[in-house]
Amino acid sequence: MESLLSLIVLVPAVSAAVLLLGGRLADAWGHLLGTAAAVASFVLGLVAFFELSGSDDDALTQQLFTWIEVGGFKVEFGLLFDPLSALFVLLITGVGSLIHVYSIGYMEHDDRRRRFFGYLNLFVAAMLTLVLSNDYLALFLGWEGVGLASYLLIGFWQHKTTAAVAAKKAFIANRVGDLGMALAIMLMFASFGTSAFTGVASGMEEVSTGTATALGLLLLLGACGKSAQVPLQSWLIDAMEGPTPVSALIHAATMVTAGVYLVTRSSFVYEQTEAAQTAVVIVGLVTLLWGAVIGCAKDDIKKALAGSTMSQIGYMMLAAGIGPAGYAFAIFHLLTHGFFKANLFLGAGSVMHGMNDEVDMRRYGALRTVMPVTFLTFAMGYLAIIGFPGFSGFWSKDKIIEAAFGENIFIGIGALLGAGITAFYMTRLMLMTFVSEKRWAATAHPHESPQVMTVPLMVLAVLSVGGGVLLLNDWIVHWLEPVVGPEEEHPLPLPALAITAIVFVVVVLGVAIAVKMYGRETIAVIAPSRVSPLTKAARADLYGDALNESALMRPGQYLTRSLVYADNRGVDGAVNGVAALVGGTSGRVRRWQNGFVRSYALSMLGGSAILVLTVLAVKLA
Amino acid sequence: MSTEPFLVLSAMLFGIGAIGVLVRRNAIVVFMCVELMLNAANLAFVTFARQHGNFDGQIAAFFVMVVAAAEVVVGLAIIMTIFRTRRSASVDDASLLKY
Repeated sequence: MESLLSLIVLVPAVSAAVLLLGGRLADAWGHLLGTAAAVASFVLGLVAFFELSGSDDDALTQQLFTWIEVGGFKVEFGLLFDPLSALFVLLITGVGSLIHVYSIGYMEHDDRRRRFFGYLNLFVAAMLTLVLSNDYLALFLGWEGVGLASYLLIGFWQHKTTAAVAAKKAFIANRVGDLGMALAIMLMFASFGTSAFTGVASGMEEVSTGTATALGLLLLLGACGKSAQVPLQSWLIDAMEGPTPVSALIHAATMVTAGVYLVTRSSFVYEQTEAAQTAVVIVGLVTLLWGAVIGCAKDDIKKALAGSTMSQIGYMMLAAGIGPAGYAFAIFHLLTHGFFKANLFLGAGSVMHGMNDEVDMRRYGALRTVMPVTFLTFAMGYLAIIGFPGFSGFWSKDKIIEAAFGENIFIGIGALLGAGITAFYMTRLMLMTFVSEKRWAATAHPHESPQVMTVPLMVLAVLSVGGGVLLLNDWIVHWLEPVVGPEEEHPLPLPALAITAIVFVVVVLGVAIAVKMYGRETIAVIAPSRVSPLTKAARADLYGDALNESALMRPGQYLTRSLVYADNRGVDGAVNGVAALVGGTSGRVRRWQNGFVRSYALSMLGGSAILVLTVLAVKLA
Repeated sequence: MSTEPFLVLSAMLFGIGAIGVLVRRNAIVVFMCVELMLNAANLAFVTFARQHGNFDGQIAAFFVMVVAAAEVVVGLAIIMTIFRTRRSASVDDASLLKY
């Protein structure tokens, strides 16, 4: 059992190495090996999961080796399989395996498919390192690993300039967040002398509130970068340039939820600091509305879903920020979101696959007849995300809104509003894609995707429908208790059932508005340009890029330009000036060496005369 | 006996030699002027030896003579070579060794 934990990480890591180093030799079977590695990891994860649920211990651990030892500074590399990690391992490897299978079909016509699977395996290995490590520094290793894999996969079609630029953008935005992570880890070393979870947790009890708040805010900055939360949200929409399975796995189901994992894992930090908790709640609330508004205006199906992802992660952040009353529901929503969002993204990929990679929803319409399986599975994901009663999203989102109302009435109203907007944009997406009239391009011949793609869709659809079973008898709350502590009930302003009813009414309202706007009228093939300012802003990602450009990029460029100028003119000028002065002077002094013996003789005589006069002057004085 | 006239003569000889070195172009004449300056120095050495009543200055004068003789040998040989190659003994013509 001990060695089993490390195998969970090692299997995909070794497979990634084989695929990336194997070259063309591995072309023929590379995708099969990659998928097998993900499935093997999932099976190992399942075994470990049952081992954990059957044992009396709170966690399975495995010490691997001493990573760094310099003086008093020691980092052990160990794996920790506790209830929180267990859920993540199963989500990553489970959804990951389905997406691997799907990718076999989706990437069939790409001659770099082997490399694609190598990167996917690399991602899985890095993500598993992230969630299994028992030390912030080792977590950071996985954190950077998933950042690298994300960069490689967003820019997988690097011949497209947009993809290459989007990859760079994601990488840079993540660096800003990583700065926060790195500083947080340094602060841990400075304050506690260790970065191990247990060490930090025990140290947190004696630390000052200022340090705790600083630590909480720095970790939040890291979480914002990785999870595309305001103010580091701008990269996620552009990241949709990557292949669709990547968007489903990395930019919807797993990697972008790492920020939520970090906040939940660091519950012992946030318990000590009210201010940082409030910051998490605000970030979550702002992002959930921000992403939802963007999702309403995008015509690109993947970008609309990306706005939705941002918004749903905002819900998780909000729940995680609420504290012990919300941790379990943050993770619960994270899991159900992982199911239905992967389902939706893969469904979108299936639509694109059949439509010559068209992403503009204004070019879709009436696809339910030609793609029945995609339509039905997508519909399950749709009902789950808007929170239709009984579907997985209903249970998880309802619990979060309830917790938000328990925290503060305004936060509750914000979360409620988000649910309404979610219902609106998802219905809009659904109507424009599968219902309404045909608006296909002349060259499009939509067809259902092969079974290798539809079977994962069906599995995910089942999970989207039934994911709510995790809440049966509050199973997930009790399961996570060893990690995040027991759930705290806050007094609710209204009975829980009333809140559920209100949420349902708001959702129905959102759906009704969307049906009224998009269900009756014909949809223009070209996006109308005479629209409200809000729509314009949402189409431009609420000016997130414009803000970054004017507040950060241009001043930065100005700074570098003035530094280059100062370097060229100031520093180089001084150095070159001294050189020119010496050179010019010596050029002139050189003329004295004119070759005429008599002039040398004159200099000698003059020199001697000066010498004699000096001696005389000294003698007489 | 006063030594002053000898010193005045030595100074005059040195001055004539120095002016000759600076003014004349012919290498032979310049050379002779150098000899004149050396001998002016010799005269001053001997005079001071006499004045102090010891032989130090006289010994120095002998040294100067020996060195001057050696210098004449080398110097005249150089002047001869220059004259052979350039058909001229002007010191201003031999000004190649410069910046």
